[in-house]
Amino acid sequence: MQFLYYLDDVFTITNFALLLLGTVGGLILGATPGLSPTMAVALLIPFTFKLEPQQGLILLGAAYTSTVAGGAVSAILLKIPGAPANIATTLDGHTMAQKGEGARALQLSFLASAVGGIFGVFLLIFLTPVLAKWALAFGPSHLFWMAILGVTVIGTLDSSSVVKGLLAGCIGLWLSTIGFDDIMGAQRFIFHDAVAGGINVIPALIGLFAIPQVIMMLTKGRTDQSAEVITVKKHPIGQAFREIIAKRTAVIIGTITGSIIGLIPGVGGQIAGLVAYDQSKKFSKESEKFGTGHSEGVIAAESANNAMVGPSLVPLLTLSIPGSPTAAVLLGGLLIHGIFPGPDLFINYPAVAWTFIDSMLIGQILMCIFGLYIAGLAASVARVPHSVMAGLVLGLAVFGSYSVQNSMGDVYVMAALGIGMYFLERFGFSAAPLVLGLILGPIAEANFIQGSMIANATVGMGTYFFSGWLNWLLILIVLASVSYSIWMEIAQRRYTAKEDIV
Amino acid sequence: MKKWIAGAALALTALAGTANAESHGSYPERPIMLMVSYGAGGATDFQARIVTMTAGNDDALGMPIAIINKSGAGGRVGWNWFATQAEADGYTMGAYNIPHFIAQSIEGGVSYSADSFEPIANWGADPAVFVVAADSEFNSMSDVVEFASANPGGLTFSGAGLFVGHHIAALQLEKAAGVKLAYIPNNAGGAGAMRAVISGEVMGGVNNLSDAFRAQEAGTVKILGVFDLERNEFLPDVPTMMEQGYDIDNSSVNFRGVMVPKGTPQPIIDHLAATVPGMFENARVQRRMTAGGSPMHIMTRDEVLEMWAARQVTLEELLAGL
Repeated sequence: MQFLYYLDDVFTITNFALLLLGTVGGLILGATPGLSPTMAVALLIPFTFKLEPQQGLILLGAAYTSTVAGGAVSAILLKIPGAPANIATTLDGHTMAQKGEGARALQLSFLASAVGGIFGVFLLIFLTPVLAKWALAFGPSHLFWMAILGVTVIGTLDSSSVVKGLLAGCIGLWLSTIGFDDIMGAQRFIFHDAVAGGINVIPALIGLFAIPQVIMMLTKGRTDQSAEVITVKKHPIGQAFREIIAKRTAVIIGTITGSIIGLIPGVGGQIAGLVAYDQSKKFSKESEKFGTGHSEGVIAAESANNAMVGPSLVPLLTLSIPGSPTAAVLLGGLLIHGIFPGPDLFINYPAVAWTFIDSMLIGQILMCIFGLYIAGLAASVARVPHSVMAGLVLGLAVFGSYSVQNSMGDVYVMAALGIGMYFLERFGFSAAPLVLGLILGPIAEANFIQGSMIANATVGMGTYFFSGWLNWLLILIVLASVSYSIWMEIAQRRYTAKEDIV
Repeated sequence: MKKWIAGAALALTALAGTANAESHGSYPERPIMLMVSYGAGGATDFQARIVTMTAGNDDALGMPIAIINKSGAGGRVGWNWFATQAEADGYTMGAYNIPHFIAQSIEGGVSYSADSFEPIANWGADPAVFVVAADSEFNSMSDVVEFASANPGGLTFSGAGLFVGHHIAALQLEKAAGVKLAYIPNNAGGAGAMRAVISGEVMGGVNNLSDAFRAQEAGTVKILGVFDLERNEFLPDVPTMMEQGYDIDNSSVNFRGVMVPKGTPQPIIDHLAATVPGMFENARVQRRMTAGGSPMHIMTRDEVLEMWAARQVTLEELLAGL
């Protein structure tokens, strides 16, 4: 209960002002395509030089929580996921916005984020020592099976058919091999300097999701504008609360999946949203509605990606090992103030550590309030005429991809992938499985190589990858997931292309 | 776009007359950019931000230094860019990591070598150490080597990747102890390699002294030896490899410093070489670095040139067998 004792530290004038600044700033940064939570936190660290450690961490904690949620704004309104965590949000969120239900989608996403986020922070507060062991339990073989599990999700994710989903996934896996490989340093498919460092996920995300949109808007340019105007439906906040309570299965699945996956170092944040989306689709009674602007999709994805925020910091705070890129950046922020995270962090610097965690808790609530406030206003984005919107999105896409590493190369990559994706979409492929392949490729590959190196030096491949309850559990889930997909395919025979693809 | 702006700026300078450009009397006239070839938040980035924070002071450069991250492929992307595209006008500096970039240039496939860059000054030296999990049965390097002799190629240990300081240290250990080891490069860098040790996925690991020091404070690892010529002030009780009977020098120590591209005018190099070491000695910088557990090691341009040349020879010899 120590966190309650330090709770009033958050409410001193300076600290609370910083918390507000971090939350509002984080929402804006998160809503900007290309500025992932990792980048937002990295950008803020120099500002903490001048602050006390406690104040600096309040700023960083608030910014981390709210950028994750802020990414939903551009995912829903523009179909550009701000970070990999928001990919799943675009699937139903953007369709809702197109139907004029942007306000509802945003309200639900912020409420779901808050529920998931608060649960995640409570896990961090109460179960840190237990969870730290769990985070360490995942070795190369388990991470490899995790990635394979992710691949099995690909097939059922937002595609007109399982085969097309898997094909798109394969393209993504191939794209992920471009560049110097992570372990051996071998060069693969480098035909231009722009891809020497591999394809960065953020520019790829922006290109794959935003550019086909832009082209589609431009091709519609000659048709009558007036027929396109969408009426943005107002949505009272109270109704959003009731809907969250009614769709509690999605919230629960999202939150639990997000918390568990968030703990796993190196995999966590990127795929939590997608796995939760897939799970809640499989458990839902209305699974056929997913992908057509169904609110459960938004709720599951957003509660998952915020639930992972708290647990993703467990390995950092207890073992001093950053489990995610954002945690690595936060570690830098801690060290710069002379604070060494570790088991005695809470003994040596209780005021700093607990205030940091409390600020994430309060940050979640503030984020939700601000989010609900802007939801109604932001939803009118859907009313902007297509010609204007195309220019705006294109501008944001270029800006976002350039700002990741200050490199024009990323802009070329974004544009090339985007144009390619436009044609693929016309043939019924979709971007989400492709991106998932791009994210999972390196995880599967690097862990397989490391695992096989360890295996060859010790017990041998067969024993290493096929022994232990965790390996078998993951293998069983993989098999279950595959058989479910096959069964669904046979049961529904979904061979027809999606209606929205011309 | 940036090239265009840089080009325009260059044209303006040319218009302003060459006399000024030759004397470089007023250098620097605008903020300087420091390219870091690793991501924001990593050890190199974190230290670069600290050591350059006083650049704007009158006794230093008088102009602030802005950090630009160009990460990817273990630093290759950034250094490739720095060697081929960076303007050699003194307004573009880069951070170097020794032995990484020299080892990579020996391995091949990159467009730089030690001759592509001009060092300015060195700010830090982070030696590699050998770590084992806190509950490991190994208590000294001789325990480790004994196990390795009994099980050739069976001792698994992690490090941050191939052709980085940790890998060099691993090769040196194999050579000096005359054993065959299983070095497992990690794709998540030093942090990932450390996690592998703590969770028991591997039996030991080579890691950065600064990270190992924190992990030891946290009670998760034991540090068995330092790959350096002398004991480190952070770890006065841990013996060097030499003390434990293995002929290993400081070739794997991760030296960090700043450099400029080849072709930068000599007066600018001289000016930087004269001022930058003093900037690193600033008391505020020193305090922040110590607080962050980052060992400092300030070297002048001449000392760095000598160190680069020495590394080139040792690394060529060591990597020849691969």
